Amino acid sequence: MILEKNISLKKIWQILEQITDPEIPVISIIDLGIVRDVHVDENNVEVFITPTYSGCPAMDMISMNIRMALLQNGFTNVKITQQLSPAWTTDWMTEEGKEKLKVYGIAPPVGKSIDQKYLEELKVECPQCHSKNTKLLSQFGSTACKALYQCQDCKEPFDYFKCH
Amino acid sequence: MSENHINISTNQPFNYCLHLADNSLIMGHRLSEWTGHGPMLEQDIAISNIALDLIGQSRNFYQYAAQLKGEGTTEDSLAYLREANEFKNILLVELPNGDWAKTILKLFFFSTYQYYLYQKLINSSDKQLSAIAEKSLKEVTYHLRWSSEWVIRLGDGTEESNKRIKNALDELWAYTGEMFLPSTYETEYAENNIGVDVSSIKIDWDKKVNEIFEEATLPSPNGEGLGVRSFGKEGNHTQHLQAILKDMQYLQRAYPGCEW
Ligand SMILES: [Zn+2]
Repeated sequence: MILEKNISLKKIWQILEQITDPEIPVISIIDLGIVRDVHVDENNVEVFITPTYSGCPAMDMISMNIRMALLQNGFTNVKITQQLSPAWTTDWMTEEGKEKLKVYGIAPPVGKSIDQKYLEELKVECPQCHSKNTKLLSQFGSTACKALYQCQDCKEPFDYFKCH
Repeated sequence: MSENHINISTNQPFNYCLHLADNSLIMGHRLSEWTGHGPMLEQDIAISNIALDLIGQSRNFYQYAAQLKGEGTTEDSLAYLREANEFKNILLVELPNGDWAKTILKLFFFSTYQYYLYQKLINSSDKQLSAIAEKSLKEVTYHLRWSSEWVIRLGDGTEESNKRIKNALDELWAYTGEMFLPSTYETEYAENNIGVDVSSIKIDWDKKVNEIFEEATLPSPNGEGLGVRSFGKEGNHTQHLQAILKDMQYLQRAYPGCEW
């Protein structure tokens, strides 16, 4: 039984790895650190997710996609539980996820979100030309999780995934 | 003393939770009115994002309140099917947006308030309130930073922008006092260590406001700002709330339970 349970758990994590963020389709919900835990008990699966931002419109869609993907793989009793605490932080993003963001043209979060650090001006690297000579255009970019920067060297504007 | 001695107070912070939810919902709704009308695309996007954060926070509080109430209550029934006198938001958030300066100053006062309130609410003995506060505080920190920068920019900007933000101050200051005057349920839950004693955050709030005003070359606001007759937290609202609800609740009232 324990063995079976472990096989199920492993399979579920693999399925979850295939689910991407609806707004940034290059990174998975695992890369983002949204999935906090998975419980399996007989035929019942419970997935614990934590929202990135309180009003993130992608969360309902992510929940639906998790449910659909698990159903398609034969897990019929799926419960998705939103967990608010501990609050999601960009520190939970995987290194692989940060690398994928960069390739996609979004500067990944710099440093850790602890203390007040994320309120200071940061040296954000341009994902295009890697120059650190960049400036903040707007604290809020195309979505709540991003800020808008511009590179002073190649002049390209780009999104920065804010530390949170 | 009183004839209606119905004490609905249990240890469950239903009213307190509604108050926090209503503050965020109405402020978020007001800010969302700027969507498509911001002075610049970046600012339009910024204020819409802040609106979304606040509406998201209100959802978390409404969901919890609905859970406490039970009996088929949902976040939607709380947001869409209550009358104006059942809303517990402070009057400040329901005031019309006015111009950009007034909107910014209102958001700055409110974000500063939320910033210090949530810092304390994290220590609530109620785990869910603490969790929502922890989540919301991260967002509010950005709101505070953004609105502070705008207050400085407008105050220390042109003659026109300075005049506008001073006008905004004249119009809004009287409404700030309500934030620190506890309602009956706030007092009750502060005593139980579930809620926050709002009078205790006034010092920090004043300090922050003065610090930003100084940088904005604005005069330090005087007085307690208690000139409000009505008390939104207890359900006494201006006619502006009626107008918001008429707009916001139209669909659910015209087509009860509708979905798409
Ligand atoms: Zn560049």
